[in-house]
Amino acid sequence: MRDFKNGLRDGIPIALGYISVSFTFGLQAVSSGLYWWESVLISLTNLTSAGQFAGLDIMIRGGGFWVEMACAQLVINLRYSLMSLSLSQKADGSLRGIHRWLTGFGITDEIFAVAMGNKNDVSRSYLYGLILLPILGWTSGTLIGAAAGQILPEVVRSSLGIAIYGMFLAIIIPPAKKNHAVLKVVVIAVVLSCAFKWLPILNTVSSGFVIIICTVIAALVGAIFFPVKEGAE
Amino acid sequence: MIARDFFIYLFIMAGVTYLIRVLPFVIFKGKITNTFVKSFLYYVPYAVLGAMTFPAILFSTGNYIASVAGLAVACILAFKEKSLLTVAIFACAAALIINLISMVIL
Repeated sequence: MRDFKNGLRDGIPIALGYISVSFTFGLQAVSSGLYWWESVLISLTNLTSAGQFAGLDIMIRGGGFWVEMACAQLVINLRYSLMSLSLSQKADGSLRGIHRWLTGFGITDEIFAVAMGNKNDVSRSYLYGLILLPILGWTSGTLIGAAAGQILPEVVRSSLGIAIYGMFLAIIIPPAKKNHAVLKVVVIAVVLSCAFKWLPILNTVSSGFVIIICTVIAALVGAIFFPVKEGAE
Repeated sequence: MIARDFFIYLFIMAGVTYLIRVLPFVIFKGKITNTFVKSFLYYVPYAVLGAMTFPAILFSTGNYIASVAGLAVACILAFKEKSLLTVAIFACAAALIINLISMVIL
């Protein structure tokens, strides 16, 4: 029970961050012609930002692009398989059987990062607690965005766009400060990601692929040059 | 878009995304002992978040200067090891202030 509460507590900032991001999704979905309940259903069943925005672009072109939809989701969300593989190594004995099928649904960038930031192994109660509020936040934020998006002035809405990145920085900077190998891996990933944004030819690669390529190269460099010693995690 | 097409899309999106997440989680039950693989997985979250944050954060508020202000505030607070929520709120506040100022000036 204490694990569950700790999970809930750690999930609060994620949930708040999600409300602002999913708010923009709800807003955009409805202005693209979807019904409010359609945008809410998408958020409830997908729980992912980049994939949903890309999916929305395909949906509004009408029916028939089934394979493209599947490929887009596969590429953009493939990073989750790296994360769930990574998280499987930090799961304790209580996370087995049906619980992996259930909690696996909730592996997102932020939930993964927070779970991995724990000193101890992750139990199923903790993971259920951690996932619950972000799912509620993601779904309700979509609903609010879809239903009442016009209330907030544009200047506030656009300023909220930085929230999620502020959270990311709060996750990566403290360990990078203490561990130079982590810092170097982060810098490599950032430099590569910027190269894919601004260099010719590279900037034609789709955003989902960019994240996968940057992640794999940076983490490979880390694994080759700064192997983690036994028990040093 | 007709309802039938919506539900087909929804099924594809949710199904692909779910399987990507859950299959590795279900398949890998034991602990990996290989140091290279362990090290790789250890660095994945930092690499992912680094690549997702930059340069996207610069375009996150619709105003380059506001984004840089938010980025600077976020970096300082994160360096001081403030909580995720604190960092996020103050980054938004910094961006909002710059956005409001630029609205007044322009």
